Amino acid sequence: MPLLQQLSLFLENEPGHLKVPCQALGRAGIDILTMSLADTQQFGILRLVVEDWERAKHVLEVAGCVVTVTDVLAIEVHDRPGGLAELLERFEAAKLGIEYLYPFPSGKRGGSMVLVFRLDDPPAAASRLRQEGVRVLDRSEVFARLGG
Amino acid sequence: MRTNGSGGVGGVVPVSGAASSERTVHTASAPDFLPVRLLRDLQLERLQTIVRRAYEWVPLFRARMEERGLAPASLGSLQDLAALPFTVKTDLRDTYPFGLFASPMEDIVRLHASSGTTGKPIVVAYTQADLDVWSEVMLRTFAACGLHRGDVVQNAYGYGLFTGGLGAHYGAEALGATVIPISGGNTERQLMVMQDFGVTALCCTPSYFLHLLERARETKIGLGRLRVGVFGAEPWSDAMRARIEVESGIKAYDIYGLSEIIGPGVGSECHRQEGLHLFEDHFYPEVVDPGTGEVVPEGTEGELVLTTLSKRAMPMIRYRTRDITAIVPEPCACGRTLRRIRRISRRSDDMFVIRGVNVFPSQVETALLAVEGTLPHYQIVLTREKGLDAMEVQVEVTPEVFSDRIRALEELRHRLSRSVEHTLGIRAAVSLVEPRTLQRSEGKARRVLDQREI
Repeated sequence: MPLLQQLSLFLENEPGHLKVPCQALGRAGIDILTMSLADTQQFGILRLVVEDWERAKHVLEVAGCVVTVTDVLAIEVHDRPGGLAELLERFEAAKLGIEYLYPFPSGKRGGSMVLVFRLDDPPAAASRLRQEGVRVLDRSEVFARLGG
Repeated sequence: MRTNGSGGVGGVVPVSGAASSERTVHTASAPDFLPVRLLRDLQLERLQTIVRRAYEWVPLFRARMEERGLAPASLGSLQDLAALPFTVKTDLRDTYPFGLFASPMEDIVRLHASSGTTGKPIVVAYTQADLDVWSEVMLRTFAACGLHRGDVVQNAYGYGLFTGGLGAHYGAEALGATVIPISGGNTERQLMVMQDFGVTALCCTPSYFLHLLERARETKIGLGRLRVGVFGAEPWSDAMRARIEVESGIKAYDIYGLSEIIGPGVGSECHRQEGLHLFEDHFYPEVVDPGTGEVVPEGTEGELVLTTLSKRAMPMIRYRTRDITAIVPEPCACGRTLRRIRRISRRSDDMFVIRGVNVFPSQVETALLAVEGTLPHYQIVLTREKGLDAMEVQVEVTPEVFSDRIRALEELRHRLSRSVEHTLGIRAAVSLVEPRTLQRSEGKARRVLDQREI
């Protein structure tokens, strides 16, 4: 299973609004593995990866958040100068555009780290990238690596 | 007592040219089919008489006429009515209780009053001749809804100070139907009576009928022989009618009226159900721009203004109903020459004016609905900066439209904004907000927040 489920939340660009979902997850004992916050002048989108996304989605919805689930890919990248550039060449070879990306902060291991990629048609993208020799991690691999 | 405006009780005559599903009409319905020329002559004659009466009897009306340099004699045509002053609801409050009466108290045989949510109610009065007219127009209402002698009418409009109950009661009796004056409430008894008495027609509000329908389904009692619903006293939609007709199997008719004019009986649908015929031989309609008060052409939407042409106890000259509608310009296929108005779905009270444009929340709803498919919660916020009015529509984001991509949300915002602009003809900023951010009172959202300091 190369696909990872990301939760996205709608936020108004107002003081105090980011705290609501974070508190809700905290009270439910759900650990945020990684996150990214995109903002515009008027609103923001909080994107989260957690282990049990279904429970987290329920908790967030009960807290009044608008939540959507998106499939993303967790991809290993060499943690050295030029590492990301090399990876992006493979994306180019596979003719894949990138919507957005952000890293797993605790994913470092033996000279590599893990990035979250949002791409069009994630299952197809995963198989094409694997053909190009890119290491797309399975769900279980991601959590094992981060938890370990 | 029984009143009947014209013709014999239960008299029925065939009408040539009327559609086949309505082969016969009651003789009292004859004015529905008057040739237009005759109808206009009759209206002008009655208008001149009623304006003279109001001028002679009602000090408020006389003062307003004199302010404008007008006298009853200046009314030479129906179009001249447009120059006369309006009457508004507050005039009835300001002259409480009897200040607008145009008959001596000994000629007044009935008083009704509105329930008035704030302060004093408004009072309306009838002479015997007025009650006869009321019975006649309600008879014509029931006849237009396809009822006749032999029908069993369950009248679930409230009896009492409210005009609905007694208005429908005398009209149904004048028609020759069997009337059950059950009044409102007690749903179980309503259903029992409907079943046991072989009721064929029901008078109530459309929302109460939906409630009855639900109880009937739960209790498995059924609606017996019910064939026709005569529904009024609140706005409802064609979608609600479709639901009622499909779920109950009855024909559901929309009727129109207001206490200030007479009560129920101002207008009614016919079997075509394509607008409400106004009984304009007694109630003369105009449609005006709610902002400027100018008369708009037929077919154009605006506020309905009514003038009572025959009411003696309390004539109303150019009464602002606050109801938004349009006169249907085409003649009706039923053969009635009475003009029709479109179903009333909103009131001018909800309207606001921005940069000289009249806007109704329902127009904004239409625009949002066009983009999202379902109606999201929204609020309209009006602000004024440096003397310039601005309108912002705040739309709650739903899981159905939310996306993890900024681009998709910006695109949604632009689509909503373009749709609002297209519908209203003015620019409006749309902003996306979190659910439950917008104020709700008793489950209903407050639609317009006017923060302009004027």
